[in-house]
Amino acid sequence: MNALNKMLGGRQGVVGLLILATLILVVFPLTLDAFRLNMVGKYLTYAFVAVGLVLCWGYGGILSLGQGVFFGLGGYCMAMFLKLEASDPESTKIQSTPGIPDFMDWNQITELPWLWVPFHSFTFTVMAVIVLPVLLALIIGVALFRRRVGDVYFSIVTQAIALILTVLIIGQQGLTGGINGITDLKTLLGWDIRSDSARLLLYFINAGLLFGCILFGKFILNSKLGRLLMAMRDKEERVRFSGYDVAAFKVFVYCVAACFSAIGGAMFALQVGFMSPSFVGIVPSIEMVIFAAVGGRMSLLGAVYGSLLVNYGKTYFSESFPELWLYLMGGLFIAVVMYFPNGLAGLWESHGRKWLSGVTRKPATVIASPAPGITPTPALADKKAASPLEIQP
Amino acid sequence: MDSRLTGPTRFFPRRLALGTAALSLIAASVFSQMTLADDANTTGLAVTPTEVTVGQLHSATGTMAISETGSIQAERLAIDQINASGGILGRQIKIVQEDGASDWPTFAEKARKLLVNDKVATVFGCWTSASRKAVLPVFEKENGLLYYPTFYEGLEQSKNVIYTGQEATQQILASLDWIAKTKGAKTFYLIGSDYIWPRTSMKIARKHIENVLHGTVVGEDYYPLGNTQFGSLINKVKLKKPDVVFAAVVGGSNVAFYKQLKAAGVDSTKQTLLTLSVTEDELLGIGGENMKGFYASMKYFQSLDNPNNKAFVEAFKAKYGKDSVMGDVTQAAYLGPWLWKAAVEKAGSFDVDKVVAASPGIELKTAPEGYVKIHENHHLWSKTRIGEVQADGQFKVVYESELIEPNPFPKGYQ
Repeated sequence: MNALNKMLGGRQGVVGLLILATLILVVFPLTLDAFRLNMVGKYLTYAFVAVGLVLCWGYGGILSLGQGVFFGLGGYCMAMFLKLEASDPESTKIQSTPGIPDFMDWNQITELPWLWVPFHSFTFTVMAVIVLPVLLALIIGVALFRRRVGDVYFSIVTQAIALILTVLIIGQQGLTGGINGITDLKTLLGWDIRSDSARLLLYFINAGLLFGCILFGKFILNSKLGRLLMAMRDKEERVRFSGYDVAAFKVFVYCVAACFSAIGGAMFALQVGFMSPSFVGIVPSIEMVIFAAVGGRMSLLGAVYGSLLVNYGKTYFSESFPELWLYLMGGLFIAVVMYFPNGLAGLWESHGRKWLSGVTRKPATVIASPAPGITPTPALADKKAASPLEIQP
Repeated sequence: MDSRLTGPTRFFPRRLALGTAALSLIAASVFSQMTLADDANTTGLAVTPTEVTVGQLHSATGTMAISETGSIQAERLAIDQINASGGILGRQIKIVQEDGASDWPTFAEKARKLLVNDKVATVFGCWTSASRKAVLPVFEKENGLLYYPTFYEGLEQSKNVIYTGQEATQQILASLDWIAKTKGAKTFYLIGSDYIWPRTSMKIARKHIENVLHGTVVGEDYYPLGNTQFGSLINKVKLKKPDVVFAAVVGGSNVAFYKQLKAAGVDSTKQTLLTLSVTEDELLGIGGENMKGFYASMKYFQSLDNPNNKAFVEAFKAKYGKDSVMGDVTQAAYLGPWLWKAAVEKAGSFDVDKVVAASPGIELKTAPEGYVKIHENHHLWSKTRIGEVQADGQFKVVYESELIEPNPFPKGYQ
């Protein structure tokens, strides 16, 4: 019990987690209609990426500007399975080659490419959603971290990979649907994923998986590994000289972030009903970093709030001010970076907590325990006043 | 009843009770509004006795905004004109505009919002094929109605979409016949941006060139969207000396492509070029002098000389400024609201199923392009014209075909 408590980040951690769980599992489903709830479900799929980024960027100091790659890979794996199911010979009989996805027919492909064949199996697909992105992250991670490529160079390489994958997907349109992506996904194992009841169930599955990822993230951060990650981020050489294999830890946390992103991508394909290269490239990848930054890159829960807030802002502004909304979003990002460099979680740290302690009049317990998801190490505690740029490696 | 209630109500939070009461009030008022609706609306669309709500879904921001603005303007103009002349079935049209932001998932999200939340009677929107493909499942699932204005690759036909632009065979075959006949063209070089529309168009063109015109394709090249380096391509064109360069380069690439052609000394005195993707809108960016003498195949040019078009151009300029230009898609977008009005009035109802059923056979004699008629397959019968680029950014119409039947699934061209 004590261990569990510690893992969740003490009393504060549990309360924070409960508040978020209530919000996502109770408040949203009760107050939002099916359409809006489905949109929240979509926002939450981005939260997977943001939670992964908190681990690898906020704690591991690895700023990946290419998380869209993993989101996309997971999404494409799921979309390929769904597309095959939607392309049975009966519903594609208008094509020159019935039984293959419609876009292949448009590209004069007459036989299902070998790459697609295994995606007839759901088990294979579920495994591929996790394994393929992790494998790619492993290759990238080993190739770069073993050679001690880090910091900004690593960020640039991840951007390049995002660009390469986008070009590859768009270029191979017979295989991938090109810039249109894989559209018109209908059923999962015969179950219509477009109905309101299915969307509701998918929403809860999605939320459940997200909390699973958050708990796993908390587990990592509260273990010795989490402390090592922070130590590495703050003084990599010192950790290396202490005899730890720095590259291995980096590869691990990068793979975990990739895995989270891929789950988000797969859930996205299920809930939104299509996948396209516009989630893979540099721009969406940077947007995902923004979600984490707005939420606070040191807070797992903050990342979820960040994803919700930014995406809600996008939807709200674009519905209310169709011609101005991009400026408003831009303004929001600038304001966050300038005034709340630690994001929502930082804002909570500096103002919300004070306010809460004033209200509850239990300062002792409040001050003693760390913020949701933020577990200050002694090293960090000293640096508390430091700006995020200095903390960043 | 009372005795059974007294127990639980003590624990029943007052606020929740109030909330439920408020909710049921709202529900009641919504319901009463719905019951007001008459035969013209049996499916719960946003139609009141005085107003009908429609959606408009284009990119107002992002890379496609420059292309889609013309469509947004043309649809608004048509709707304003319809409202000024008494609306549809006695109802004024109210527009809910959404921004697709040049982003396909956003298009899908907004399409759902328009159909599910706003319950619009129809949507005028989309531009790129990718955005149409993204919203298509939404329209089919929610049984919405979309008027899609862009010329496109065909290979699609949906109950829920009326395609007011040309499909590929309409745009391509007649123009290839014309250029083969008047220029004696035998060799062709095909160039396109790398996505579904140019690829499908070129596939159709190649089949027509090889099987019908008995010519040869001496080269076929595709460049990524947004590509601006055409040097090597221009060298290949100079080397192969095709009778005709047949181009479907889109967006920003257009500007680079034609400017570089001109800089390399490839102009209309030395090379015949026929394009599928340059309208008056693109010419604004490219500059008429950079393309002077090249040909474009479209169903509409701003310079068309007929009374309908004169009125359209005049009204458009009066509303959006005298420097505004109208390209092919702008005109096709303008047709959308008018075709919808005709179908609704024929059906006597806004119900999507009835409007769809009434659509085939609808004629529009007031179209700026002349006469159009909706085919069984939801595309339009239309003419194809060849325009020659003038230095002032307009086209001189040099050829006009007969009315061409739309054929989105052309046999022998797939």
